[in-house]
Amino acid sequence: MIGFFKRFLGLFLKDLFKDKRQVKLGLYGPPNGGKTTLANKVCKDWLGEEMGRTSKIAHETREIQVKEQITIKRDGKELTFSLVDTPGIATKIDYEEFIKAGMKEEDAKSRAKEATKGVIDAIKWLDDMDAVIIVLDGTKDPYTQVNITIVGNLEARKIPLLLVANKMDLKKADIKHVQAAFPQFEVLGISAKSGDGVDELYAKLFELRAKALKRKKR
Amino acid sequence: MLTLQYIPYIDIELLQSPQRVEKLLRIVKEEKIILLEGRLRPTEEAELIRRTMEEIDDSFKGIEISPLNIKVPEDQAFFRKLHGALLNFLLGNRRGLTIIGPASIVKEIKQDPDKIQLLTEDSSKPKRSSKSAVKK
Repeated sequence: MIGFFKRFLGLFLKDLFKDKRQVKLGLYGPPNGGKTTLANKVCKDWLGEEMGRTSKIAHETREIQVKEQITIKRDGKELTFSLVDTPGIATKIDYEEFIKAGMKEEDAKSRAKEATKGVIDAIKWLDDMDAVIIVLDGTKDPYTQVNITIVGNLEARKIPLLLVANKMDLKKADIKHVQAAFPQFEVLGISAKSGDGVDELYAKLFELRAKALKRKKR
Repeated sequence: MLTLQYIPYIDIELLQSPQRVEKLLRIVKEEKIILLEGRLRPTEEAELIRRTMEEIDDSFKGIEISPLNIKVPEDQAFFRKLHGALLNFLLGNRRGLTIIGPASIVKEIKQDPDKIQLLTEDSSKPKRSSKSAVKK
Protein backbone atom coordinates (compact mmCIF):
# COMPACT_ATOMS: atom_id res chain seq x y z
CA MET A 1 0.00 0.00 0.00
CA ILE A 2 2.80 2.38 1.00
CA GLY A 3 4.63 1.40 -2.20
CA PHE A 4 1.57 2.28 -4.28
CA PHE A 5 1.31 5.75 -2.68
CA LYS A 6 5.03 6.33 -3.13
CA ARG A 7 4.72 5.50 -6.84
CA PHE A 8 1.61 7.68 -7.21
CA LEU A 9 3.30 10.59 -5.42
CA GLY A 10 6.39 10.15 -7.59
CA LEU A 11 4.38 10.28 -10.81
CA PHE A 12 2.38 13.27 -9.53
CA LEU A 13 5.52 15.24 -8.63
CA LYS A 14 7.21 14.25 -11.89
CA ASP A 15 4.28 15.65 -13.85
CA LEU A 16 4.11 18.75 -11.64
CA PHE A 17 7.74 19.67 -12.17
CA LYS A 18 8.02 18.42 -15.73
CA ASP A 19 9.54 21.01 -18.05
CA LYS A 20 6.48 22.25 -19.88
CA ARG A 21 8.78 24.08 -22.27
CA GLN A 22 10.18 20.80 -23.59
CA VAL A 23 8.73 19.80 -26.94
CA LYS A 24 8.41 16.54 -28.82
CA LEU A 25 9.95 17.03 -32.25
CA GLY A 26 9.08 14.44 -34.89
CA LEU A 27 10.96 13.55 -38.04
CA TYR A 28 8.47 12.58 -40.72
CA GLY A 29 8.67 11.87 -44.43
CA PRO A 30 8.73 9.19 -47.08
CA PRO A 31 11.13 6.23 -46.78
CA ASN A 32 14.80 6.85 -47.56
CA GLY A 33 14.54 10.64 -47.28
CA GLY A 34 17.29 10.69 -44.67
CA LYS A 35 15.31 11.01 -41.42
CA THR A 36 17.56 8.69 -39.45
CA THR A 37 20.70 10.20 -40.98
CA LEU A 38 19.47 13.59 -39.73
CA ALA A 39 18.53 12.13 -36.33
CA ASN A 40 22.02 10.64 -36.09
CA LYS A 41 23.61 13.97 -37.00
CA VAL A 42 21.58 15.82 -34.33
CA CYS A 43 22.29 13.17 -31.67
CA LYS A 44 25.98 12.99 -32.55
CA ASP A 45 26.30 16.80 -32.38
CA TRP A 46 24.55 17.21 -29.03
CA LEU A 47 24.67 13.83 -27.26
CA GLY A 48 27.80 12.34 -28.77
CA GLU A 49 26.03 9.16 -29.89
CA GLU A 50 23.98 8.02 -32.87
CA MET A 51 20.28 7.20 -32.79
CA GLY A 52 19.64 4.45 -35.33
CA ARG A 53 20.90 2.39 -38.24
CA THR A 54 20.70 3.63 -41.80
CA SER A 55 20.58 1.64 -45.03
CA LYS A 56 20.22 2.15 -48.76
CA ILE A 57 17.33 -0.34 -48.71
CA ALA A 58 14.07 1.44 -47.87
CA HIS A 59 12.27 0.94 -44.55
CA GLU A 60 15.39 0.42 -42.43
CA THR A 61 13.62 2.28 -39.60
CA ARG A 62 10.56 0.21 -38.84
CA GLU A 63 9.96 1.25 -35.25
CA ILE A 64 9.51 4.64 -33.62
CA GLN A 65 12.73 5.71 -31.92
CA VAL A 66 12.85 8.40 -29.27
CA LYS A 67 15.81 10.28 -27.81
CA GLU A 68 14.91 12.31 -24.76
CA GLN A 69 16.56 15.44 -23.43
CA ILE A 70 18.53 16.72 -26.39
CA THR A 71 19.78 20.22 -25.57
CA ILE A 72 20.94 22.57 -28.30
CA LYS A 73 22.95 25.61 -27.23
CA ARG A 74 23.13 28.56 -29.56
CA ASP A 75 23.91 32.26 -29.03
CA GLY A 76 23.53 31.89 -25.28
CA LYS A 77 20.12 30.27 -25.62
CA GLU A 78 19.17 26.67 -24.86
CA LEU A 79 16.58 24.44 -26.45
CA THR A 80 15.69 21.06 -24.96
CA PHE A 81 13.51 18.60 -26.85
CA SER A 82 12.75 14.94 -27.41
CA LEU A 83 13.55 13.75 -30.90
CA VAL A 84 11.20 11.18 -32.44
CA ASP A 85 12.48 9.36 -35.51
CA THR A 86 9.59 7.72 -37.35
CA PRO A 87 9.45 5.01 -40.03
CA GLY A 88 8.97 6.38 -43.54
CA ILE A 89 5.34 6.72 -44.59
CA ALA A 90 4.40 4.90 -47.79
CA THR A 91 1.19 3.94 -49.58
CA LYS A 92 2.63 0.62 -50.80
CA ILE A 93 5.14 -1.92 -49.54
CA ASP A 94 6.22 -4.77 -51.80
CA TYR A 95 8.46 -7.46 -50.32
CA GLU A 96 9.68 -8.26 -53.85
CA GLU A 97 11.44 -4.88 -53.91
CA PHE A 98 13.52 -6.01 -50.93
CA ILE A 99 14.36 -9.27 -52.74
CA LYS A 100 15.50 -7.21 -55.74
CA ALA A 101 17.73 -5.28 -53.32
CA GLY A 102 19.42 -8.57 -52.36
CA MET A 103 17.42 -9.89 -49.41
CA LYS A 104 16.28 -13.48 -48.92
CA GLU A 105 12.54 -14.04 -49.45
CA GLU A 106 11.84 -14.83 -45.79
CA ASP A 107 13.72 -11.74 -44.59
CA ALA A 108 12.06 -9.59 -47.26
CA LYS A 109 8.57 -10.70 -46.17
CA SER A 110 9.38 -10.10 -42.54
CA ARG A 111 10.80 -6.65 -43.34
CA ALA A 112 7.66 -5.79 -45.33
CA LYS A 113 5.41 -6.86 -42.45
CA GLU A 114 7.40 -4.82 -39.94
CA ALA A 115 7.41 -1.87 -42.35
CA THR A 116 3.60 -1.85 -42.59
CA LYS A 117 3.39 -1.76 -38.78
CA GLY A 118 5.94 1.05 -38.79
CA VAL A 119 3.81 3.17 -41.12
CA ILE A 120 0.73 2.57 -38.93
CA ASP A 121 2.69 3.64 -35.83
CA ALA A 122 4.09 6.73 -37.55
CA ILE A 123 0.54 7.85 -38.44
CA LYS A 124 -0.72 7.11 -34.90
CA TRP A 125 2.11 9.16 -33.39
CA LEU A 126 1.24 12.26 -35.43
CA ASP A 127 -1.19 13.40 -32.71
CA ASP A 128 1.56 13.29 -30.06
CA MET A 129 3.94 15.66 -31.85
CA ASP A 130 4.44 19.26 -30.79
CA ALA A 131 6.40 20.13 -33.93
CA VAL A 132 7.56 18.23 -37.00
CA ILE A 133 10.44 18.37 -39.45
CA ILE A 134 9.38 16.88 -42.77
CA VAL A 135 12.47 15.37 -44.36
CA LEU A 136 12.19 15.11 -48.13
CA ASP A 137 14.74 13.67 -50.51
CA GLY A 138 15.83 16.71 -52.54
CA THR A 139 16.68 14.49 -55.52
CA LYS A 140 13.18 13.00 -55.80
CA ASP A 141 9.82 14.17 -57.13
CA PRO A 142 8.17 16.13 -54.28
CA TYR A 143 4.64 15.89 -55.78
CA THR A 144 3.72 12.66 -54.04
CA GLN A 145 0.61 11.83 -52.11
CA VAL A 146 2.61 10.84 -49.03
CA ASN A 147 4.18 14.31 -48.85
CA ILE A 148 0.83 16.01 -49.47
CA THR A 149 -0.88 13.83 -46.84
CA ILE A 150 1.77 14.51 -44.18
CA VAL A 151 1.65 18.27 -44.77
CA GLY A 152 -2.18 18.24 -44.88
CA ASN A 153 -2.45 16.30 -41.64
CA LEU A 154 -0.03 18.56 -39.79
CA GLU A 155 -1.90 21.63 -41.06
CA ALA A 156 -5.24 20.11 -40.01
CA ARG A 157 -3.84 19.49 -36.50
CA LYS A 158 -2.15 22.94 -36.48
CA ILE A 159 1.20 21.30 -35.66
CA PRO A 160 4.08 23.63 -36.62
CA LEU A 161 6.28 22.16 -39.32
CA LEU A 162 9.58 22.75 -41.04
CA LEU A 163 10.18 21.43 -44.53
CA VAL A 164 13.68 20.20 -45.24
CA ALA A 165 15.06 19.18 -48.64
CA ASN A 166 17.78 16.70 -47.76
CA LYS A 167 20.64 15.24 -49.83
CA MET A 168 21.57 18.65 -51.24
CA ASP A 169 25.15 17.36 -51.57
CA LEU A 170 23.98 15.26 -54.52
CA LYS A 171 24.05 16.69 -58.05
CA LYS A 172 20.46 15.68 -58.78
CA ALA A 173 19.11 17.62 -55.79
CA ASP A 174 16.87 20.55 -56.70
CA ILE A 175 15.52 22.70 -53.88
CA LYS A 176 13.50 24.84 -56.33
CA HIS A 177 11.47 21.77 -57.29
CA VAL A 178 10.59 21.19 -53.63
CA GLN A 179 9.81 24.90 -53.11
CA ALA A 180 7.51 24.86 -56.15
CA ALA A 181 5.59 21.91 -54.71
CA PHE A 182 5.04 23.62 -51.35
CA PRO A 183 4.98 27.37 -52.07
CA GLN A 184 3.20 28.10 -48.76
CA PHE A 185 6.25 26.96 -46.75
CA GLU A 186 9.87 27.94 -46.46
CA VAL A 187 12.07 25.02 -47.54
CA LEU A 188 15.49 24.57 -45.99
CA GLY A 189 18.14 22.77 -48.05
CA ILE A 190 20.46 20.54 -46.03
CA SER A 191 22.72 17.54 -46.28
CA ALA A 192 22.35 15.45 -43.13
CA LYS A 193 25.27 13.35 -44.37
CA SER A 194 27.80 16.16 -44.89
CA GLY A 195 26.27 18.51 -42.31
CA ASP A 196 25.71 21.37 -44.78
CA GLY A 197 22.80 23.56 -43.70
CA VAL A 198 22.31 21.71 -40.41
CA ASP A 199 23.52 24.72 -38.40
CA GLU A 200 20.77 26.80 -40.03
CA LEU A 201 18.35 24.02 -39.16
CA TYR A 202 19.31 24.33 -35.48
CA ALA A 203 18.56 28.06 -35.64
CA LYS A 204 15.15 27.29 -37.18
CA LEU A 205 14.39 24.83 -34.37
CA PHE A 206 14.20 27.73 -31.90
CA GLU A 207 11.49 29.34 -34.07
CA LEU A 208 9.72 26.00 -34.36
CA ARG A 209 9.80 25.54 -30.58
CA ALA A 210 8.29 29.01 -30.07
CA LYS A 211 5.39 28.09 -32.39
CA ALA A 212 4.96 24.74 -30.65
CA LEU A 213 4.78 26.34 -27.20
CA LYS A 214 2.27 28.89 -28.46
CA ARG A 215 0.11 26.03 -29.74
CA LYS A 216 0.47 24.16 -26.42
CA LYS A 217 -0.83 27.19 -24.49
CA ARG A 218 -4.03 27.34 -26.56
CA MET B 1 -7.92 -5.36 -68.77
CA LEU B 2 -7.85 -2.04 -66.97
CA THR B 3 -11.05 -1.11 -65.12
CA LEU B 4 -11.75 2.49 -64.18
CA GLN B 5 -14.57 3.22 -61.76
CA TYR B 6 -15.91 6.73 -61.44
CA ILE B 7 -17.29 7.58 -58.01
CA PRO B 8 -19.29 10.81 -57.87
CA TYR B 9 -18.99 12.78 -54.65
CA ILE B 10 -22.65 12.15 -53.93
CA ASP B 11 -21.79 8.45 -53.40
CA ILE B 12 -19.56 9.19 -50.42
CA GLU B 13 -21.07 12.47 -49.25
CA LEU B 14 -23.24 10.96 -46.53
CA LEU B 15 -20.71 8.37 -45.40
CA GLN B 16 -18.64 8.80 -42.24
CA SER B 17 -14.85 8.91 -42.76
CA PRO B 18 -14.17 5.25 -41.81
CA GLN B 19 -16.95 4.11 -44.17
CA ARG B 20 -15.55 6.23 -47.02
CA VAL B 21 -12.13 4.70 -46.54
CA GLU B 22 -13.53 1.15 -46.38
CA LYS B 23 -15.56 1.68 -49.56
CA LEU B 24 -12.57 3.00 -51.51
CA LEU B 25 -10.25 0.29 -50.22
CA ARG B 26 -12.76 -2.44 -51.11
CA ILE B 27 -12.98 -1.21 -54.71
CA VAL B 28 -9.19 -0.87 -55.06
CA LYS B 29 -8.76 -4.43 -53.76
CA GLU B 30 -11.03 -5.52 -56.63
CA GLU B 31 -8.16 -4.30 -58.85
CA LYS B 32 -10.06 -1.26 -60.13
CA ILE B 33 -8.73 2.25 -60.56
CA ILE B 34 -10.96 4.79 -58.86
CA LEU B 35 -11.65 8.23 -60.28
CA LEU B 36 -13.21 9.98 -57.30
CA GLU B 37 -14.93 13.31 -57.77
CA GLY B 38 -13.41 15.73 -55.25
CA ARG B 39 -10.87 15.20 -52.51
CA LEU B 40 -10.65 13.26 -49.29
CA ARG B 41 -9.87 15.19 -46.12
CA PRO B 42 -6.19 14.97 -45.04
CA THR B 43 -7.23 12.87 -42.03
CA GLU B 44 -9.11 10.51 -44.37
CA GLU B 45 -6.05 10.22 -46.61
CA ALA B 46 -3.98 9.25 -43.56
CA GLU B 47 -6.66 6.78 -42.50
CA LEU B 48 -6.68 5.30 -46.02
CA ILE B 49 -2.91 4.79 -45.82
CA ARG B 50 -3.20 3.29 -42.34
CA ARG B 51 -5.94 0.85 -43.40
CA THR B 52 -4.02 0.00 -46.57
CA MET B 53 -1.02 -0.99 -44.46
CA GLU B 54 -3.24 -3.30 -42.40
CA GLU B 55 -4.43 -5.01 -45.58
CA ILE B 56 -1.04 -5.57 -47.22
CA ASP B 57 -0.10 -9.19 -47.78
CA ASP B 58 1.64 -11.28 -50.45
CA SER B 59 -1.01 -10.43 -53.06
CA PHE B 60 -2.08 -6.89 -52.12
CA LYS B 61 0.92 -4.54 -52.22
CA GLY B 62 -0.81 -1.27 -51.40
CA ILE B 63 -2.18 1.68 -53.33
CA GLU B 64 -1.16 4.63 -55.46
CA ILE B 65 -3.16 7.79 -54.87
CA SER B 66 -2.99 11.28 -56.27
CA PRO B 67 -5.35 14.25 -56.27
CA LEU B 68 -5.88 16.39 -59.36
CA ASN B 69 -6.44 20.00 -58.43
CA ILE B 70 -7.72 22.70 -60.68
CA LYS B 71 -4.96 25.21 -61.30
CA VAL B 72 -6.05 28.76 -60.55
CA PRO B 73 -4.45 31.63 -62.51
CA GLU B 74 -2.49 33.98 -60.20
CA ASP B 75 -4.64 37.05 -60.98
CA GLN B 76 -7.83 35.19 -60.00
CA ALA B 77 -6.32 33.30 -57.09
CA PHE B 78 -7.90 35.25 -54.22
CA PHE B 79 -11.49 35.26 -55.54
CA ARG B 80 -11.28 31.67 -56.75
CA LYS B 81 -9.97 30.59 -53.33
CA LEU B 82 -12.79 32.46 -51.61
CA HIS B 83 -15.30 30.93 -53.99
CA GLY B 84 -13.75 27.49 -53.47
CA ALA B 85 -13.76 27.82 -49.68
CA LEU B 86 -17.43 28.80 -49.76
CA LEU B 87 -18.30 25.87 -52.03
CA ASN B 88 -16.33 23.49 -49.80
CA PHE B 89 -18.19 24.77 -46.76
CA LEU B 90 -21.58 24.35 -48.40
CA LEU B 91 -21.10 21.24 -50.52
CA GLY B 92 -18.01 19.43 -49.23
CA ASN B 93 -14.71 19.12 -51.05
CA ARG B 94 -16.00 18.04 -54.46
CA ARG B 95 -13.66 20.09 -56.64
CA GLY B 96 -10.96 18.32 -58.58
CA LEU B 97 -10.47 14.58 -58.87
CA THR B 98 -8.66 11.89 -56.88
CA ILE B 99 -7.11 8.89 -58.57
CA ILE B 100 -6.66 5.78 -56.43
CA GLY B 101 -5.41 2.49 -57.81
CA PRO B 102 -3.92 -0.77 -56.62
CA ALA B 103 -0.10 -0.68 -56.59
CA SER B 104 -0.07 -3.96 -58.53
CA ILE B 105 -1.61 -2.13 -61.51
CA VAL B 106 -0.72 1.54 -61.04
CA LYS B 107 3.04 1.64 -60.87
CA GLU B 108 3.33 5.35 -60.30
CA ILE B 109 1.29 8.52 -60.48
CA LYS B 110 3.54 11.40 -61.43
CA GLN B 111 2.23 14.85 -60.82
CA ASP B 112 3.64 18.23 -61.71
CA PRO B 113 1.82 21.53 -61.85
CA ASP B 114 0.58 21.01 -65.43
CA LYS B 115 -0.24 17.34 -65.84
CA ILE B 116 -0.69 13.96 -64.22
CA GLN B 117 0.90 10.80 -65.59
CA LEU B 118 -0.49 7.42 -64.72
CA LEU B 119 2.09 4.70 -65.21
CA THR B 120 0.45 1.30 -65.26
CA GLU B 121 1.82 -2.21 -65.37
CA ASP B 122 1.48 -3.64 -68.88
CA SER B 123 0.31 -7.21 -68.36
CA SER B 124 1.35 -8.29 -71.87
CA LYS B 125 4.91 -7.00 -71.30
CA PRO B 126 5.66 -7.57 -67.65
CA LYS B 127 8.89 -5.56 -67.55
CA ARG B 128 7.57 -2.46 -69.33
CA SER B 129 5.03 0.07 -68.24
CA SER B 130 2.50 2.01 -70.22
CA LYS B 131 1.89 5.69 -69.65
CA SER B 132 -1.20 7.80 -69.90
CA ALA B 133 -1.33 11.50 -69.17
CA VAL B 134 -4.15 13.72 -68.00
CA LYS B 135 -3.75 17.44 -68.61
CA LYS B 136 -5.13 19.67 -65.91
